[in-house]
Amino acid sequence: MRLIRDVRTHIRRSPYQAMAAVLTMFLTFLVGSVFFLATVASLTIISYFESKPQLTVFFVQNAGEKEATLLKETLDQTGKVASTKFISKDEALATYKEQNKNDPLLLEMVTADILPASLEVSAKDPTFLSELDTVIVGATGVDEVIYQRDVVDSLLSWTNAIRLIGGILGGLLVLDSLLIIGTVIAMKIALKREEIEILTLVGATSWTIRAPFILEGGLYGVMGAGVASFLVTILILWQRYNIVTFLGVIPSIQSVLGSSTSVVFILSCLGFIVVNMIVGFIIGSLGSVIALARYLRD
Amino acid sequence: MIEFFSVSKLYPGNAPGIVDVSVKIPDGEFVFLIGPSGSGKTTFLRLLIRDLLPTQGNIMIDDIPVGSLTANTVYTLRRKIGIVFQDFKLLTDRTVYENVALVSEILGKAHGEIEHGVMNVLELVGLADKRNHFPMQLSAGEMQRAAIARAIVGGPKILLADEPTGNLDPETAAGIWDILDEIHGLGTTVLIATHNQDAVNKMRKRTLTLEHGALISDEAKGKYHVGRHDKHDHKGGGSK
Repeated sequence: MRLIRDVRTHIRRSPYQAMAAVLTMFLTFLVGSVFFLATVASLTIISYFESKPQLTVFFVQNAGEKEATLLKETLDQTGKVASTKFISKDEALATYKEQNKNDPLLLEMVTADILPASLEVSAKDPTFLSELDTVIVGATGVDEVIYQRDVVDSLLSWTNAIRLIGGILGGLLVLDSLLIIGTVIAMKIALKREEIEILTLVGATSWTIRAPFILEGGLYGVMGAGVASFLVTILILWQRYNIVTFLGVIPSIQSVLGSSTSVVFILSCLGFIVVNMIVGFIIGSLGSVIALARYLRD
Repeated sequence: MIEFFSVSKLYPGNAPGIVDVSVKIPDGEFVFLIGPSGSGKTTFLRLLIRDLLPTQGNIMIDDIPVGSLTANTVYTLRRKIGIVFQDFKLLTDRTVYENVALVSEILGKAHGEIEHGVMNVLELVGLADKRNHFPMQLSAGEMQRAAIARAIVGGPKILLADEPTGNLDPETAAGIWDILDEIHGLGTTVLIATHNQDAVNKMRKRTLTLEHGALISDEAKGKYHVGRHDKHDHKGGGSK
């Protein structure tokens, strides 16, 4: 009880310092959360594509179903193909039209003739792709082979960039938070120097004296992280439909964001907020511990 | 039992705090510590609560070697000792009740027990009716009584007071001496560093006299010898 009362008094008596500390933690966790979620999403997408041993074979203009059927039979004989699907020029055009139905300008110039027919090939295992590639490249009428690996590599470079920028920015913000909280707590230690001396003389333990400061720093962290992660959760909820439309093909994203009332979604949001608050408490407390080590030596 | 075994404390520059002091103070005794400013009285008290460490010698309190306590374990000693300062050291942003209750809270006592204990000691020092006053609303004598209440609320075995009447008029000081005598009557060992010759001469208790840090006399029913103690220069840890 005394501990909570002391912390409340500390905060109430210097509200602007408290606000500065909470705001710093808020910014740290807002930026940190956004970069963290972007990284997680990228890694999920990469993992999805990596788990799909697929390649797409595009045929030259004058080739079509005949060449595709021939290739399919050759591939089936290897025993390493799980499934194949032929996409004719007309089907390719239909898909193109569906994807660009809101942009008539893009539809005007395109006919089935300029779109290549293709064969989507799924291997039984990603390691078979290179062997299948040898077979495909030697087949008649093949123009180009596109691997999911190319998509993964592209995503990976984006993810690495996000991680690097997020890591540097997050690290700087955490350092900033530690310094701000450390400074706020150091000022409070200076203000309470006489009280600390009295407490020491009347038999207070080292922990009794330090605990209110550590808890106060932790509380700043909890408040900043709590508000930031709540705001990020609201943003996710707001953009949930767009995210699902764009990335819903990925099962793990669909299972979490598919429904805003599902248990998985609610637990994920709560887990995100609680974990952020715990990390906030740790960072805030650490700031206090640093200040105590510096300004309240035994 | 408080025991000093050839204890010396030298300050930086070899200024003597106390020099080769050996003394035993049994439980329940009332002892005056007298001597001129700079004679080592405050050093003696600060060594007892391990606010200072001796340069040589050992101090034992109830078989606890004071010098062996660390910053993390010194609270075990300080919970046995109540301290009264000349400048009161009350927290100005807390009421009399809250100042006194602080010690009980630190000791982890239950709310009801704290309230009962605090009201008892406030009755003893005559401040029950001013429990909700802040220190700034009290006279010097009342502040000192509040400080005494805080020192004894945890039920310490030993009460130390450093010039408890140094800032008080004679009439108020007399009231403080009465309270300290009453606390002694409850079985507490009382050790008081003072310049108040009237009190020393009137109460006729055991008196330890320090001069230049050395213990020059230990009288069972001592008296304060006028002129003998106050004509020396000031060196070392003077009274607060």
